Amino acid sequence: MSDVLVLAEHHGTEVRKVTFELITAARDLGTPVVLWLGSGCDDSTLASLGNFGATKVLVVDSAEVSDHPVAPGAEILASLIGTMQPAAVLVASSADGKEIGARAAIKSNCGIITDAVAIAPDLTVTQNVFGGSTIVHSKVNHGTPIITLRPNSVSAVPESVTAVIEHISSDISDGAQLVSIVNRNVVEKGARPELAEADVVVSGGRGVGGAEGFGVIEALADSLNAAVGASRAATDAGWYPHQYQVGQTGKTVSPSLYIANGISGAIQHRAGMQTSKVVIVVNKDPEAPIFELADYGVVGDLFAVVPQLTEEITQRK
Amino acid sequence: MKIAVCVKQVPDTWAEKKLKADTSTLDRESADGVLNELDEYAVELALQLVEANSGEVVIVTMGPERAAETLRKAISMGADAGIHVVDAGLGGSDAIATSAVLAKALEGRDFDLIVFGSESTDARMSVIPAMVSERLGLAQVTFAQKVEVEGDTLTAERVTDYGFDTLTATLPVVVSVVEKINEPRYPSFKGIMAAKKKPVETLSVADLNLDAAAVGAGAAWSEVADFAARPPKAAGVVVTDEGAGGTSIADYLTTSKFI
Ligand SMILES: Cc1cc2nc3c(=O)[nH]c(=O)nc-3n(C[C@H](O)[C@H](O)[C@H](O)COP(=O)(O)OP(=O)(O)OC[C@H]3O[C@@H](n4cnc5c(N)ncnc54)[C@H](O)[C@@H]3O)c2cc1C
Ligand SMILES: Nc1ncnc2c1ncn2[C@@H]1O[C@H](COP(=O)(O)O)[C@@H](O)[C@H]1O
Repeated sequence: MSDVLVLAEHHGTEVRKVTFELITAARDLGTPVVLWLGSGCDDSTLASLGNFGATKVLVVDSAEVSDHPVAPGAEILASLIGTMQPAAVLVASSADGKEIGARAAIKSNCGIITDAVAIAPDLTVTQNVFGGSTIVHSKVNHGTPIITLRPNSVSAVPESVTAVIEHISSDISDGAQLVSIVNRNVVEKGARPELAEADVVVSGGRGVGGAEGFGVIEALADSLNAAVGASRAATDAGWYPHQYQVGQTGKTVSPSLYIANGISGAIQHRAGMQTSKVVIVVNKDPEAPIFELADYGVVGDLFAVVPQLTEEITQRK
Repeated sequence: MKIAVCVKQVPDTWAEKKLKADTSTLDRESADGVLNELDEYAVELALQLVEANSGEVVIVTMGPERAAETLRKAISMGADAGIHVVDAGLGGSDAIATSAVLAKALEGRDFDLIVFGSESTDARMSVIPAMVSERLGLAQVTFAQKVEVEGDTLTAERVTDYGFDTLTATLPVVVSVVEKINEPRYPSFKGIMAAKKKPVETLSVADLNLDAAAVGAGAAWSEVADFAARPPKAAGVVVTDEGAGGTSIADYLTTSKFI
């Protein structure tokens, strides 16, 4: 079987859940080989990659890769496409994943499809486009297909193999080192699950009324072990940090359960959560468009409904 | 400073929303073409940099005849000139071909900065800026929430999954911006009047010395097999809170096995 090259998404030693989803998806297409850029691939990360079926992990751990964004990764990926001739390249639909894929596509004369939610064994890709309202099936017809997969679309299923590590050297051109990373600013993450990866998301909008109001949203989230999201109205007002924004210009989420509180359901917000499996809405305006998406909705004041819900969940657990 | 801003005409998102309320299928053809919202932030950044450092802003678009309105709209915010690549052979171009056209249109014009929105609201690929930078061999500083230029050094904050990275590069640089970066201005009446007289260069594929076979639907490196409207969601249950709204949601979550 041919190799399928998977670009690992990680932050230091912390492997992103989407990486396991990518490896799982790759197993249907060939033999998963992981490309790991930068540091962090220790024994335990290697084992965790093997737990999902990665046979080999190619590591490029050099200052060129760590100190410059995107372009070095694209050079390495393009050169591996040339030498390995994989059946496909799978990357995450993150900023880095899409851009490394895009640049490698140009270098290697390969077609690229972004934001896949499923990949069939014949490499037909399913996408949910226009904010999730249309389902498209498409296929790359030139070169090695480069496919970016949305987090949370494929469930990661363990299949234990022993992954071997191979350090590969990289000759990074000067042209790929034109931009330098002078500082990485990591925002305190806290104990909640990663928003884009979470199985349950509890979001608050302008109806939450202020930063303190997010207390009730966080309490509900914690009762469900959920991630907290926010509408742009809430992040723009500074009530909740920007990286928790859900929507067209924020994160795209596709959890099993999405609870929208005090959010009207503007098209830009819906674009980021429309593919959630079950949607619950709490809003005091019965005309709010978000109710169109609701599997279950309550017209009411979130400050009455949400704490009662949290209390009930805590008791029933 | 000489700055290019690439803008795209996209179907109006709000018109789409109205349609969805009445019909279960999506008809994008009938939607008005508007300036991609994210690209307004790109224009605003360029205008602010030129106001602070002097220079010139050129709006660049690839699109059908009617995209000329969008080009004028962007110019009316305060830009100096436009470049419109329009050619019947361009219809159906994928990101690979679009980036080839934009790169050719931008090449050799000595831009210090080429600014993009971080994504188009219709394609939502977020790949064109990276592809253009790859093709032109220029520094790529994308998903920027903050951009500063001092002399020939650009410093920016790239939004990441865990916060942001501070990046530096020497001009010329390809930039894409996220909507947190600024508050785009509205075109003034004066701007709208002035835009009518600003020079717009119209270029065809042949003018760009591009092979006609390398662009358009026939040259796309991916093809759509089929598409369908997502089955409409079955109408859910909506109740009015009379004191037990929270409990009723908990009941729903219990029945659907979330708790
Ligand atoms: C280029 C662009 C990109 C954008 N990207 C995004 C994006 O990524 N994500 C995003 O979310 N938005 C985005 N927007 C903004 C979007 O258009 C809306 O403005 C935004 O989503 C509105 O947020 P909201 O629903 O919280 O606020 P509102 O629309 O003001 O709605 C607040 C809701 O809360 C309800 N409410 C008030 N008080 C209570 C209470 N006590 N209890 C219960 N309900 C209450 C109200 O009935 C109302 O329905 C974007 C806009 C543009 C132009
Ligand atoms: N046809 C086009 N003409 C000019 N600029 C474009 C075009 N398509 C995309 N862009 C630019 O590329 C950005 C990203 O688009 P996309 O990769 O399609 O999400 C947009 O915000 C625009 O700045």
